[in-house]
Amino acid sequence: MTTLLYFAWVRETIGVDTESLALPATLTTVADLLDWLALRSPGHAAALANRARIRVAVDQAFATPQTALATPREIAIFPPVTGG
Amino acid sequence: MIAIRLQPGPFDAAAEQAALLAGRTDLGAAVAFTGLVRADDGLIALTLEHYPAMTLAQMQAIAHEAAARWPGVVGCIIHRHGRLLPGEAIVLVITASPHRADAFAAAQFLMDWLKTQAPFWKREEWADGSSRWVEAKASDNDAAARWA
Repeated sequence: MTTLLYFAWVRETIGVDTESLALPATLTTVADLLDWLALRSPGHAAALANRARIRVAVDQAFATPQTALATPREIAIFPPVTGG
Repeated sequence: MIAIRLQPGPFDAAAEQAALLAGRTDLGAAVAFTGLVRADDGLIALTLEHYPAMTLAQMQAIAHEAAARWPGVVGCIIHRHGRLLPGEAIVLVITASPHRADAFAAAQFLMDWLKTQAPFWKREEWADGSSRWVEAKASDNDAAARWA
């Protein structure tokens, strides 16, 4: 199982802050994961509709759409950061 | 050595700088930057959300990068999270070095990377009860990119 974490408006749009999911072995990249997640609910679809506004961290390291998914324990999905 | 701290409560910038410089006679320059909540257009509060499992590690990586680029620099980063009111401090960066150029550069680098590489998100609250998430600025990305 992989823990999915959502932050900021991604969390609000999806409606939960975390979920534990068994990722199909067919998902090989972050982009595949986002395509698959978008099918889970209208909230997921809305949150992930514009991929230019989405950032991802795999096991607490920033990733790109091309990043390979080996056997991730934790994947976080969030908007571009706005701290500082 | 650039120390990092993440906390909900306020900090005392003067006390932090005094602690950093205590007993040091080799430092000729200290730069202290404080980021504040600005009450734009009736903003009543700013809430900083963050990714607890990743935030400190990312702040540490940013501090290590600065220490590698400017080996003579010592300093600290304190970043707050939670709900903050206009006028409150959000972030403190202090850098000190034998000469001013390194302290200025390292402070700017730390802020530019904190803005673009640390997992914080700001939500603005308004007097009419509405709120909105702050959008990332292209100018912040440009500022960070100059250190590439």
